[in-house]
Amino acid sequence: MSTSTPAAAPESLLAAPDQASQRQISDEIAAIHARTPADAARTLHDFAPYRSSVLRHPTKNPRLVDPETIELYSPAFGQRDVAAIESDLTIQHAGEPLGERITVRGRLLDSWGKPIANQLIEVWQANSAGRYIHQRDQHPAPLDPHFTGAGRVITDEAGRYLFTTIKPGPYPWRNHVNAWRPAHIHFSVFGNGFTQRLVTQMYFPSDPLLPLDPIINTIPRQKDRERLIGAYAHDLSVPEISMGYEWDIVVDGPDATWFETEEH
Amino acid sequence: MNETARERLEPTPGQTVGPFYAFGLEYPHQHEVAFPHSPGAILLGGRVLDGAGEPIPDAVIEIFGADGDGSIPRARGAFRRDGHTFTGFGRAFTSDEGHYEFWTREPGSHEGRAPFFAVVVFARGLPDKLHTRIYVPGYEQLQQADPLLAALEAEERATLIATRTPEGHLQHDLRLQGEKETVFLEF
Repeated sequence: MSTSTPAAAPESLLAAPDQASQRQISDEIAAIHARTPADAARTLHDFAPYRSSVLRHPTKNPRLVDPETIELYSPAFGQRDVAAIESDLTIQHAGEPLGERITVRGRLLDSWGKPIANQLIEVWQANSAGRYIHQRDQHPAPLDPHFTGAGRVITDEAGRYLFTTIKPGPYPWRNHVNAWRPAHIHFSVFGNGFTQRLVTQMYFPSDPLLPLDPIINTIPRQKDRERLIGAYAHDLSVPEISMGYEWDIVVDGPDATWFETEEH
Repeated sequence: MNETARERLEPTPGQTVGPFYAFGLEYPHQHEVAFPHSPGAILLGGRVLDGAGEPIPDAVIEIFGADGDGSIPRARGAFRRDGHTFTGFGRAFTSDEGHYEFWTREPGSHEGRAPFFAVVVFARGLPDKLHTRIYVPGYEQLQQADPLLAALEAEERATLIATRTPEGHLQHDLRLQGEKETVFLEF
């Protein structure tokens, strides 16, 4: 490809010209997991079964540095930044969205177990038919006029958050033949320090697509993958209204308070 | 780790931002950390490139930077810009040509250190975030004393220092892979 031609639109890049079978992809995943050392990163950047990562992962190891000044702080958010209504994805339009209404609740913690208050969590997801409202999503499933699929919340003084939404459907993509993403909600999270910035995805328990999915399997260890799966919480289900899921988020990395409270 | 350390919780692993982040992450004036053309406001921009040197049209770049006097912004309101409060935080999506751009203030030196923007990169096809820094050019002495820059080869160091344009703005490309690959960081 010549560098003078305009960049290809993302949707065309989603289709690999020589698509592998699920069996090939699953074999590649198993081989990489088997040879990954125990002290490897929690998420592998170099993970060819996720085809679009091939030209986008750094080839050199990251430099280990002491974070400085600005990196030890996080942008400050507050109620001014987010309206309370933004945490309920089912009331953003005139009518009720289709699908299984759910609430997702949890706590935002640092790795010492301390709650992170007044920080921003953003979510986005497909609708119950597995369709994103994004204009480049070409999946021929219906859009829901009553569902956008984006929300925000500021954690409370105990680090808690709660979203009301509908359960997203599985989403087809073109990484390989018959590739389906397990149902997932994208999460974007700010911690106490910019070092703790996290973008991840929450999955649902007992989803048969999880072992087949190259994206969750960029995480080589089963225990780490399980940390992305929300737990069904019957106590959180509301009779005749909604199903409840619980999912705590733990951010990692030094921040300004870390240096004040711990010796190194 | 010291003996009194409490039990550490295992962190939640990161995942790719995917292709369809725009409707979830976009907010008004997200790349206008400073009000455009206001006193002291500069453009910080460049391209995000893959291992074949092709532009990446679906990357998200976030910056967090000190104010012109080196102070760390603690003001709220990065998501509801009022046109004058400086929060230091901005978010930009790359264009179809792989270009990102911010209006922001040039960070000043904090406690005698070489000033830089803290940067996080997300993209479709990038399984987890990448951290890097964009240093402000023109602080040779401070940069020679900077622990990170001092430990790098000249070619690596060049991937972390922005270029001043004739108009006084800052230009800086991010290369995720290959020749002149940006130095990424782990803390």
